[in-house]
Amino acid sequence: MDRDLILALRDVTARYPGASRDALVGVSLDVRAGDFVAVLGPNGSGKTTLVRVALGLRSPAVGTTLVLGRPAAAWGRRALARLVAVVAQREDNLFPQRVRETVLLGRYPHLSPWGAERAEDREAVTRALERCDATALGDRWIWTLSGGEYQRVRLARALAQEPRLLVLDEPTASLDIRHEMELFELVRALVDAPAGGLAAVMITHHVNLAARFADRVLLLDAGRVAAHGRPADVLTRETVERVFAWPVAIQPFDDRPQMIPLRKPSP
Amino acid sequence: MKWLGLVGLALVALALAVLLGPAHVPLAELGTSEIVRNLRVPRALLGFVVGGSLAVAGAGLQALVRNPLADPFLLGLSGGAGLGAVAAIAWHLGGPWALPLAAFAGALAAMALVFRLGLVGGAELDPRVLLLAGVAVGAFAGAVTTAIVSLSEAAQLRNAFLWLWGGLSGASWEALLIVCLYVPVPLVTLFAAARPLDLLALGEEPARYLGADVTAVKRRVYIAASLLTAAAVAVSGVIGFVGLMVPHLCRGVWGQRHRALLPASFLGGGVLLVLADTAARVVVAPHELPVGIVTALLGVPLFAVLLRRWTVT
Repeated sequence: MDRDLILALRDVTARYPGASRDALVGVSLDVRAGDFVAVLGPNGSGKTTLVRVALGLRSPAVGTTLVLGRPAAAWGRRALARLVAVVAQREDNLFPQRVRETVLLGRYPHLSPWGAERAEDREAVTRALERCDATALGDRWIWTLSGGEYQRVRLARALAQEPRLLVLDEPTASLDIRHEMELFELVRALVDAPAGGLAAVMITHHVNLAARFADRVLLLDAGRVAAHGRPADVLTRETVERVFAWPVAIQPFDDRPQMIPLRKPSP
Repeated sequence: MKWLGLVGLALVALALAVLLGPAHVPLAELGTSEIVRNLRVPRALLGFVVGGSLAVAGAGLQALVRNPLADPFLLGLSGGAGLGAVAAIAWHLGGPWALPLAAFAGALAAMALVFRLGLVGGAELDPRVLLLAGVAVGAFAGAVTTAIVSLSEAAQLRNAFLWLWGGLSGASWEALLIVCLYVPVPLVTLFAAARPLDLLALGEEPARYLGADVTAVKRRVYIAASLLTAAAVAVSGVIGFVGLMVPHLCRGVWGQRHRALLPASFLGGGVLLVLADTAARVVVAPHELPVGIVTALLGVPLFAVLLRRWTVT
């Protein structure tokens, strides 16, 4: 078996109950250790559904999703959470909590239902906070964090899971330029870390940052794969204009395609 | 340290409940007194277990329906239990166990109905629907209860009314034994769900991604909390505020992690109810107040102060 093949979607079609069309149609995707895959596409193109189906929250109507060669639905949630960490688009904080406590939640898949957290769990939390440059935030209340700090903390919680695959769903929404660059740099560094062998899948609306940081881009359009491959092959003017329904220009920068949305020509 | 303090508080509360009462029992006769042995001791212990159960059920439900306002009776159980009990009183069902059993059956019926309504699409328990279903079932049962009460005689009416506000005067060693045999299973079920409940506070999808089997946890917590509440309501009527306030008081001291919060809530709920029941017996002796009135009179001002402190900071 291919130990490096962490996630494999084969011809996946999925539909929400009561929906009039399929949310995903015939989508295939392989993610290996050391891959950084960006998932792009307009709102409602199936990006978040892709994650849900890939990780067994929804079953595909057709096709298979495999995690380390085993169907996603066959994994127990705890075992799966030790392999794959997800920074979901939304989360709530029902009750006030400190940063360290919320990062410790990332250790739960490693803990027995009755046992207390061990020294190694506290070390994993400390390490995760360090890697996300969030050590200084440890004792802060969650609700006092800025948007950028909060995303770093959530990433730290995901790293505390010590996963082999990291999935991020629009992690830079509403972040300023510095914080979004820092986040992309951090994810790239995690994937490139020599010992880690981490894979990353990031859903994002930042076409240009995806092009500069990711190894591969999966472009979704109404649940179908519009294009999939190296950024330079996927992000052509024709494809981007067709999928996003807006005129653009594409220019290279640092050997990567960069997209500039054009103004509508005045009538 | 805080655990030691809480256990100490529990012992003090139990001691007070045994020492104080409308009848004066000299210290020297404490060991031999019938009043102490057959009335005060089982009543104090039963109050402790009931208060603890209500508080744990409240803490679990607050995390389950993701609403800090949740309490064990929010989901229609008090309505169902009340209807059962009032029906038993109105129809003169005899025997010492008729009332508790009728209340228990009413609570279970309400729970089953709310559970069925909360199962959206037949499989997944939706906490928002659960909440609405609970309020609706509770209101309906309340209306039927009032209809029965309004048609009954004055003496029955008074009994029914007193029962609806809760009281531990029916306490006995038998009741305590039955409750102590029954309560551990749902209690342990809730304690075992402590970690998934922590995760659930983030939302269902993040909880799943962090390894919680959300569907199973929701069912288990709902059923266990309801069974605890049904038992409590069967032996002591509807005692409000314990299940709402105690978890919040404990959150202030023990934080949000259910592994500590649930046991702390059990002890805290026990302390509060035993103290409230002692006050209910002593303050207007030889009469006795329904203990639910005392928990409300003590609890509401306390809660208001806390609420103010939280919203100011």
